[in-house]
Amino acid sequence: MLLEHRHLLGIAELNAGEINTILDLAENYIEMNREPQRKGNRLKGRTVVNLFFEVSTRTRASFELAAMRLGADVINMDAEASSFRKGETLIDTAMTLNAMHIDVLVVRHPASGAVKLLSDKVNCSVINAGDGQHEHPTQALLDALAMRRRKKKLEGLNVVICGDVLHSRVARSNIFLLNKLGAQVRVVAPYTLLPRDVAQLGCEVHTRMETGLKNADIIMMLRLQKERMEGAFIPSAREYFHFFGLDRKKLAYAKPDALIMHPGPMNRGVEIDSEVADDIQRSMILEQVELGVAVRMACLDLLSRPLQRAGLAEAAQ
Amino acid sequence: MSKNTGRTAYINARLIDPASKLDVKGTLLVEDGLITDLGPNVKPPEGAQVVDVRGACLAPGLVDMQVNTGEPGNEHKENFISLGEAAAAGGVTSVGCLPNTDPLIDNVASVSYIERRARQTKSVKCFPYAALTVGGECKEMTEMGLLAEAGAIGFTNGTRAVSNLKLLRRLLSYARSFDLLVLQPAMHPDLSEGAQMNGGALATHLGLAGLAPEAEPVQVMTDLRMAEASGARLHIGPISMAESADLIRKAKARGLKVTCSTCPQYFTLTENDVGDYRTFTKMMPPLRDDANRRAIAEAVADGTIHAPEDVDGKRLPFPQAAFGIVGLETLLPLSLTLVHEGKMKLPDLLARLTSGPADILRLKAGRLAKGAAADLVIFDTDAPWKILADKLRSKSKNTPYDGFPVMGRVKQTVVDGRSVFTDQAKAQAA
Repeated sequence: MLLEHRHLLGIAELNAGEINTILDLAENYIEMNREPQRKGNRLKGRTVVNLFFEVSTRTRASFELAAMRLGADVINMDAEASSFRKGETLIDTAMTLNAMHIDVLVVRHPASGAVKLLSDKVNCSVINAGDGQHEHPTQALLDALAMRRRKKKLEGLNVVICGDVLHSRVARSNIFLLNKLGAQVRVVAPYTLLPRDVAQLGCEVHTRMETGLKNADIIMMLRLQKERMEGAFIPSAREYFHFFGLDRKKLAYAKPDALIMHPGPMNRGVEIDSEVADDIQRSMILEQVELGVAVRMACLDLLSRPLQRAGLAEAAQ
Repeated sequence: MSKNTGRTAYINARLIDPASKLDVKGTLLVEDGLITDLGPNVKPPEGAQVVDVRGACLAPGLVDMQVNTGEPGNEHKENFISLGEAAAAGGVTSVGCLPNTDPLIDNVASVSYIERRARQTKSVKCFPYAALTVGGECKEMTEMGLLAEAGAIGFTNGTRAVSNLKLLRRLLSYARSFDLLVLQPAMHPDLSEGAQMNGGALATHLGLAGLAPEAEPVQVMTDLRMAEASGARLHIGPISMAESADLIRKAKARGLKVTCSTCPQYFTLTENDVGDYRTFTKMMPPLRDDANRRAIAEAVADGTIHAPEDVDGKRLPFPQAAFGIVGLETLLPLSLTLVHEGKMKLPDLLARLTSGPADILRLKAGRLAKGAAADLVIFDTDAPWKILADKLRSKSKNTPYDGFPVMGRVKQTVVDGRSVFTDQAKAQAA
């Protein structure tokens, strides 16, 4: 199994076959992660760098674990501690890291497109761990894996994405992926939290949970950030929860076996009620976290395969 | 006269229901506050109280989209009781109450307060608007969804248009999410600041600060473009200029969900009525020239303007030169001038005063139909009389029409089957 790409920058550039390749491989890693002996050696001797220009707990930890379990050496570079604080440009940082001969660079950056820019300047593989409001491909892949495991296939599923779609890279990556795998996508939010012409990305637009959640198989809640709650995009957290927060009553609009997802971290009582978030029958939230490691292992593994061959060819010259 | 059957038959009436285009001589039956039957062949049932209206018009009670209540905060100037009396005398049975009271109606508790006060006001049905932004400041939006659930029929910052376009765009987008109505006055707040009357040669002659003529169309143009961008339901008004009417006419032709209103003074008076500094003619928008007056009359006649209403921005007679005039009691006779001048037919005018505004506000009002609430106005289209300021019921006596001769008089007003106003002249004759 090989990917046609050196980098994983977004779901938009993958086709259905490639997505399934990643998911299939990730299935194997789920099993491995549940064994007492979880350490593999596929990436033995390789170096993975987590370069995070934006704070993150779970995504960074997930990548770090994934790389370690494949036997790679990992270092973490945080925006707080490193030289970009001293005014180094993104390109200079890339060139510096490049000179250190690393193999995979996992990058999160607050500006859309920054990861792509960086990827053009380095010889290693780059994985986008979230760029601005653009894409977060590994999140969409782990979400797809979670859905596929519970619902057998994605084709024909009604997947509803609720909340702050406007500022969400998770929503964009998911809309792209779900369309490629034949699911029906809906978004539910007030228009102040919906990007212009979002329907053209391949989704139905709803502004009420009553209609939006009808016949839903999967309900994906998005995080609403604090600074969006104070009157600019929505009037208040109270109003938001009343109309768009997922609780038992609104969950009842969906199919009886509908499952709940959330990319985390949750705002309990804002976009999701604790009662449904913690319902082990319906909530997949912790499962998403578990599968995240497996999906990231699959991505690291697949991306480093051609790299390995290229490296051998270079050495032979 | 039989009593306590709860049934009333209004006989010998010219029944006009603009929504169904009914205009026929006949009888209308009311029972337990609802219209039970109407038409030319309807007979009064046994035991019903019979009211002979002697050929007068019987139409749905008028719906006035925008009134200032003065309550809470300025009860001494206008309150729900005086408002109810003025409305009843004018044949107005439903009003939308603007939120720019003191305090502003910008939270669920104050909407509930207005609702409760309104229910106690038996002579007119009051429906509250709520503010678009908290405290009327251009910062945070109000809880529009919850406010609508609490009973707010629409959202507006009252006499001051929201001019921060980024904020306005978000407010409209948010309102659209819940399919809510937004009202914007047709006046740019920056351009109208300090203006006393219509800008032009007359203002210059009088030495009064004139309003830049573009202040109204600039705001209308902006609001139309924002309504188009957001897809929200927008109501603009009152408008007073030909240019505004043209802009809205074209926007509607393009399919925009936009409506607008004017006030009788903009199709009955001109800036020349300002005369010798008559402060009663001070209003915003100001009285315009005769070409604009005729254009507004035309726009009401052709349906560009959906609702003439009494609004003025301020019914309260603030010391001497406050903006605004009273209008609830004079709304019908002044609007009837359009019929008497042959500009439009009576049922069409009534549509603008009843089903038109009711539809914009999505109220179950403004119709003569079986099962509808018996909110009725009985009036004589031709009776001549003179408007006298001190005879007006409103606590506010601010009118530029003192001594103004009009034709058409309300004889009786009925709310939920109860008579809330009977013209004294008629009562004595009967």
